[in-house]
Order: sequence, then C-alpha cells, then structure tokens
Amino acid sequence: MTNERDILITEVALRDGSHAVSHQFTVDQVLKVAKALNDANVPYFEVSHGDGLAGSSLQYGLSRTNEMELIEAAVSVADKSKVAVLLLPGIGTLHDLKEAANLGAKMARIATHVTEADVAPQHIAYAKELGMETVGFLMMNHMAPVDKLVEQAKLMESYGADTVYVVDSAGYLLPGQVRERIRALKQSVGINVGFHAHNNLSLAMANTLVAIEEGATRIDGSVRCLGAGAGNTQTEVLIAVCERMGIKTGVDLYKMMDLAEDIIAPILPVPQEITKDSLTLGYAGVYSSFALHSKRAAERYGVDSRDILIELGKRRVVGGQEDMIVEVAAELAKSKNR
Amino acid sequence: MAKVKVAVLGSGNIGTDLMIKLGRSELLELTAVIGIDPQSDGLRRAKEMGYAGVDTGIDGFLADPTLKADIVFDATSAKAHLYNAKVLKEAGIKVIDMTPAAVGPYVCAAVNIDEHLEKDNINLITCGGQATIPMVHAVNRVSPVEYAEIVATISSKSAGPGTRANIDEFTETTSRAIEVVGGAKKGKAIMILNPAEPPIMMRDTVYTLVEEGKMDEEGIRKSIAEMTEVVQSYVPGYQLRTEPIFEGNKVTIFIQVEGAGDYLPKYSGNLDIMTAAGVKIAEEFAKNLLKKETV
Repeated sequence: MTNERDILITEVALRDGSHAVSHQFTVDQVLKVAKALNDANVPYFEVSHGDGLAGSSLQYGLSRTNEMELIEAAVSVADKSKVAVLLLPGIGTLHDLKEAANLGAKMARIATHVTEADVAPQHIAYAKELGMETVGFLMMNHMAPVDKLVEQAKLMESYGADTVYVVDSAGYLLPGQVRERIRALKQSVGINVGFHAHNNLSLAMANTLVAIEEGATRIDGSVRCLGAGAGNTQTEVLIAVCERMGIKTGVDLYKMMDLAEDIIAPILPVPQEITKDSLTLGYAGVYSSFALHSKRAAERYGVDSRDILIELGKRRVVGGQEDMIVEVAAELAKSKNR
Repeated sequence: MAKVKVAVLGSGNIGTDLMIKLGRSELLELTAVIGIDPQSDGLRRAKEMGYAGVDTGIDGFLADPTLKADIVFDATSAKAHLYNAKVLKEAGIKVIDMTPAAVGPYVCAAVNIDEHLEKDNINLITCGGQATIPMVHAVNRVSPVEYAEIVATISSKSAGPGTRANIDEFTETTSRAIEVVGGAKKGKAIMILNPAEPPIMMRDTVYTLVEEGKMDEEGIRKSIAEMTEVVQSYVPGYQLRTEPIFEGNKVTIFIQVEGAGDYLPKYSGNLDIMTAAGVKIAEEFAKNLLKKETV
C-alpha cells in the first residue's frame, strides 16, 4: 500500500464513541480496536474520555477504566498509527497532557467552544513543547458566524496549532454552510484545515465531501458510526467513497470493514442509527453527547426528551453543560404538571 | 464606631468593585486605591469618590507616611502578589489575596474564616470555590463527603484575560480547596464559558457523594438551607436554582450567583462573589482587631 495520502483520517471511535458506550471502554476492547486501526493503516486515532482528558466525572459520566490505561494500551499496539488525545481547557490540564504524552500520545487536539479559542494557548504551547502535533478544535461551530470563526481560527494558528478544525458538534451544519466555513478558513489561515462531522441529520458524509472539495485535508470519522449522537462520518464508508472518487486515504478498506463488523458492532450497546433523539440534536443544534443524558432525564421526569433538547437549543447551551439537562427536565415536568 | 483602615491594591475591575462595596461597610474605612496606571478608570473614580489614588504601586503607598492601612486587598496578579505579600508582611499589614498566588491559606468566607483570623495573609481560592465550597461543607458537616465535583459555568464576558490564560489554575486550585476547605476526601472542578447574549448569570452545580450508609437527607437539606442564608448575608444574589436532588448516596445542588451590579454588571456573579467574600473576610478581621484594641 502506498503511503501517499490526499487526506489524513483521524478515527475518533475510541474518544467520541466513549459517549455512545457511556464511557465503559475496557483495555481489551481498546487493544483490539487499536490493533485493527493500526493494521488498516489509519494515520491517527484518538483515545480519551468522550469529554477529553480528565472528563471522567459525575457531570459527564465516570470512566470504567482510567483513560491513561486505555491510551497506554492503544500505544502498545500502534507502531504505524499515531495516538491522539483530546483536551478541553477547563476540564483537562497540562498535567493530564503531560501524562498522555509520556505514555506515547503524539497528537494533542485542544478543544474550545468556537468563540473561546483564547483559553487554549497554554495547552497548545505545552503540547508543542512535549513534541506533539497540535490541533485547535473549534467545537459547536454552527453557533458563531463565519467571520467570528475566521478570527478564532487565526488565534489558534497564532498559538502554534498545526491544524484547525471546523467541529460540527451538534451535526447541525448544512452542506452549504460547511462549504462557506472551510472556504473562509482556507483563504485566511496557512495551517491545515480539518472537519469533524456528526451524522444527526444524515449529512455527515455529504458535509465531509464538501469539506474535502474545499480543501480540508484532515478528516474525522468513526467506524460503524461509533460516536456521540448518531455518530460521525462512518469511516469505512468514507474510505470506500474516497477510493471511488480517486482521493487517496491510504487506509485499507477491507480491514476497516472487518473492524466495523467483527469488533465494533459487538461493542455497540445498540446499533447506531438516527433515532429521534439524535435527529433532534441536529435539528435543534445541541451538543451530541447530550442525547443519552437527555434520554435518562426524560425517563426520570416523565417528559419528552425532544422537548428537553429543543429547550437546551433555545437557551444556547454549549458543550459541557450537561448539568442543564436535569434542570431543564425538572422545569418541563413542573410546567407540565401545573 | 471605630473603623479599621483598608486599602485596595489594583485599580482594575475587581479593585474598583471592592472600592464601591467598601464604601458601604460599617467596619472598614477605605483610605487608598493603589494602582500603577494614572489613567485607569479605577484610580479616576477613587479620586472622584474622595479616596487617595496612588499611581506608584505598593512601594509608593508604603513610602507615603500620610497613608495608612491595617488590611490591604491585593487585586493584582499572582505574579505581582509574591512581591506585594513580602513587603506588606514586612510592613505588618494583613493581606487578603484575591489572586491565584495562594501564599496564605485558602479561606472561604462562609466556612473557615474563624480559623484564620490571626493570619497575616489569606487567599480567596477562586470564584467557583467561593460559590461551591460552602455547599460541599454543608453536606460534609452532616454526612461525610467521599467525593465532590463542581461545575462552574460563567458568561464569556465575565472571564477576563487572566482567567483565560490560566484556566488550569482554576481547576487545580478549586479542586484542592474542595478537599482542604470543603472537607471532601477527593475534589474535582470544571469550568465552562458560555458566550450567550444577553450574558448568562454564573451557575454552579455541586455533586457530592457521601459515605455509603451515611446519607441523612433531612439533615443535609436543612444544612444546605442554612448555608444558603449564610452566603446570602454577604452575597445577596446567591440562590439555589432548584431543590437539591438526592439519588442514592449522591446529592446534587444547583446554584446561581447574580452580581450586586456595583461596578461590575449583574452577570458577573463570579467576580461579585469574590469581592463580596473579600469584604466579608476583611470585616471579620476588623472585628477581631477592634476587639483586641478594646481589651
């Protein structure tokens, strides 16, 4: 297989997929998935709690296994693929980053809300110091207008990020909006541009292709859609589509298909599909990890989980504000019983 | 009634808000606001309000024999505080450190001030700490807390460049203080910035896990209600957003902090609770100092 690649794929199942399995990954599962990704020649794959390093919490869900053990396991079987970690300033700290780097993580993706890049400079600089490749990961991208996105991407570039991502955390963006965003970034920054989709509106693949067409070269996917909400761009499908289009990913299609079918499918608590909750995420513009939390709160308070998500969208809640879910559910129950 | 003389070091947002709050105190007399920028809005206001405005920093203040203070609020930066702490200690002046430097012990105004009345330097932890540690303590004094986690969500507009550049300091300092001051065996803190317009009020969620078999729901409810009143006595905009939730050995408490709207806008509850706590602690210091004088 050639090493030449037109786009570089980052597989996020072992991080974004952490949400879908309520942060219950085991060392054994991670070893199997990581080994298969390495064998399939996937250039990067991410391993962390769904909310990034140190995300294990009552707010987001406690990890069954310490993520550092998972990172260590992943690194131990990845002699070709590089292991990436996600860090949200305000949750994870420089200490966590150092621990991950010491275990062999080679890429640090520093994630902030799309308007808050200026909490990231310390973490990007430190990741560089640790010899890691760095990504500025601008989440909930749909919540800022394009000029604001450009300003924030330039900040990420100024802090030393090697790549800046448009992260459609809610799976809300339409293809035209993705086009506009990637195009604006390609015109205004000199670093790599990446795209991370969620499939809540069944647009992950279409949006990803538009992003590639506009010059995004770093693309996220989750095998078998093992990601929050309806999952991300389905990696093995993307590999096939890219092959048909003559876009070189360097990833082995058959091996990815086998991974999806034989290893990932049995891990999934339920097959990934666009349920009414994940559809509502994309429709209302809500952070994808809120789906399962809202479902639980809806059962507890006897309200419709869609009403919770719609209300959260109206209140312009950002990623990480899971504590709002119970509060909104309680309020809805109260007004219903009035 | 005799008052204790205080000065504010730092003429930024925090310093200026302190100045306005101190103007209302029956125990504290503000003598000077100390800055380094003669053009700052804070120094201009200080002069307008009849306080001495010193624009030559802490050294200028200490060199001026006409200016006196028994207590100084340091609202500069962690780095500047290291020097300020040293010279103020030499001058025999008590310091309330509003910066993250933490030269002195962590003090939460509603929890542990009595233990530290004789200290020459105390630290105010963080805004999230001042808002949530009273609740960790309120639970812990009834049922021992194994683990406490707090999530502080503040409006983007009220998070200044200092907070943003040092966001790790918030999570690390608050986590430690949840243990040291709140009494939890293990603490964790998370901070989220929300850019919504109009800006949101500061909101804090406190999760506590109490020791198995030690849950006393009624006792904890009562303790939380009492503690809310204590904090409200110096932060009027402090309130529970909804009833605490009890599930097994977990208690979840939802707080909102609306600022007093003195110098800072009402959505800056995170800054207001720091300045309000600073004044509250200074008043406790003052009572202690005045008591000594009369003995």
